[in-house]
Amino acid sequence: MADGEEGAGLEDWTDPSIASSAEVSDAGLLQRAWRNEKLSPELLPFQGELVERVKEQILLEEENLAAFVEESCDELTVSLYRMDLDRTLFMLRSYLRARLLKIEKFALHILTVPEIWERLSSQEQDYAQRFADTLQAHFDSSVLNKLPEGYKSMLKQANSSNENDMIVEPPLDSFVFCKCRRPISAFQLDDKGESIVDMENGDLYIFNYKPIKRLLETDRIELF
Amino acid sequence: MRLRPHSPRRRSVAIFPAPSRFNLAALQVEFLAEDETIGIIPSLRMDPLHLISGDFGPFRPQISAIVPLWLAIALKKRGKCRIQAPEWMTVERLTEVLEEERQQPQEFRPLPFHYIEISRLLFDHAQDDIPDCYLVRSLIEDIRNVRFHKIEAGLEKLSNKTFAVKLTNLSAMEVNIIRPFTVRTLQALFKHGSDEYHRHSDDRFSQPTVIRVS
Repeated sequence: MADGEEGAGLEDWTDPSIASSAEVSDAGLLQRAWRNEKLSPELLPFQGELVERVKEQILLEEENLAAFVEESCDELTVSLYRMDLDRTLFMLRSYLRARLLKIEKFALHILTVPEIWERLSSQEQDYAQRFADTLQAHFDSSVLNKLPEGYKSMLKQANSSNENDMIVEPPLDSFVFCKCRRPISAFQLDDKGESIVDMENGDLYIFNYKPIKRLLETDRIELF
Repeated sequence: MRLRPHSPRRRSVAIFPAPSRFNLAALQVEFLAEDETIGIIPSLRMDPLHLISGDFGPFRPQISAIVPLWLAIALKKRGKCRIQAPEWMTVERLTEVLEEERQQPQEFRPLPFHYIEISRLLFDHAQDDIPDCYLVRSLIEDIRNVRFHKIEAGLEKLSNKTFAVKLTNLSAMEVNIIRPFTVRTLQALFKHGSDEYHRHSDDRFSQPTVIRVS
């Protein structure tokens, strides 16, 4: 009889306080960071320390794996370690890929808004700069240099525009599905104060992204 | 709107389809579900595993252990264990749940968040470990259908005054299926509805709502 599961009612399965301790392990944190990054409409702050720790664990496991193979350990153990390694690698890579996707999509915006620039790792900043430069060179040579004066900018529709209206911004007014991690009382959803919600631990909601941005950054909710 | 997650029979670890926009593919939801723990009865002896996902084992024959689903399936595939069907996956429990789902048109019964993915994986790889497998399978199909009808009904209530939607007791795969449609709809309603909303002085329209799909 599996321990911990005896007499567990159906309700216990949805009780978030019984959530696995995997939540606080690096694997759990990486999973959460991956989900949040995949599902949020804008670039989130880079989880540099988490990524470093995970990379170390991956290196360690790769070394162990090599040692196992050397000592001709049984094939089953080796394959299980390999699977775990593959799963972690996939999550890490997918996390980084999700970020790169957004960086490419919103490159110009990232370069022009310092607050967002801060959210990139130094390698990502490097990448964003080179990507934008390449994009600029491409647009210039294929289209922009052939347009009349006053319309050659990549950032503005015309020199007479007041702002950089050609820059694509992330859709902050998109809607996201989120799960509550800590009880939140009387949270205001709009600026008029007409829409107030109380959230219990584990509640699942669909929200407009802008009002709950803050909650996501402080880890009080997570995206699903 | 009849949407079903597509789960191909063979899958390579590295290949996951890249969903457009900010969505998860069904396989990625399954990937998340594979981290859920489950009980097994190993038929082998193995030292503890110190994985990045956690520490599991040691494994001794006939002594039950708790491992992540992906690990359980890997062992099962090699004939090294039996999988213990989860408490909720019995004919009795599921019949109760189905009854209750049918009786309450506005609410969803609590089920494990990943019940769809877990049951699918177990049907694919551990049929012999689930008593009355065919019946269990058909009960879960029915539960899915009833719930999805309720979801569709709930989605019809979305309007431009929807600020938030509470999804009590919805499961991972159900959320993932409605995500693309719901996000696009809410965005469109928000965009097109906001001007009307401000211009209307009629009291009937001035109360924003939180719709409960629950």
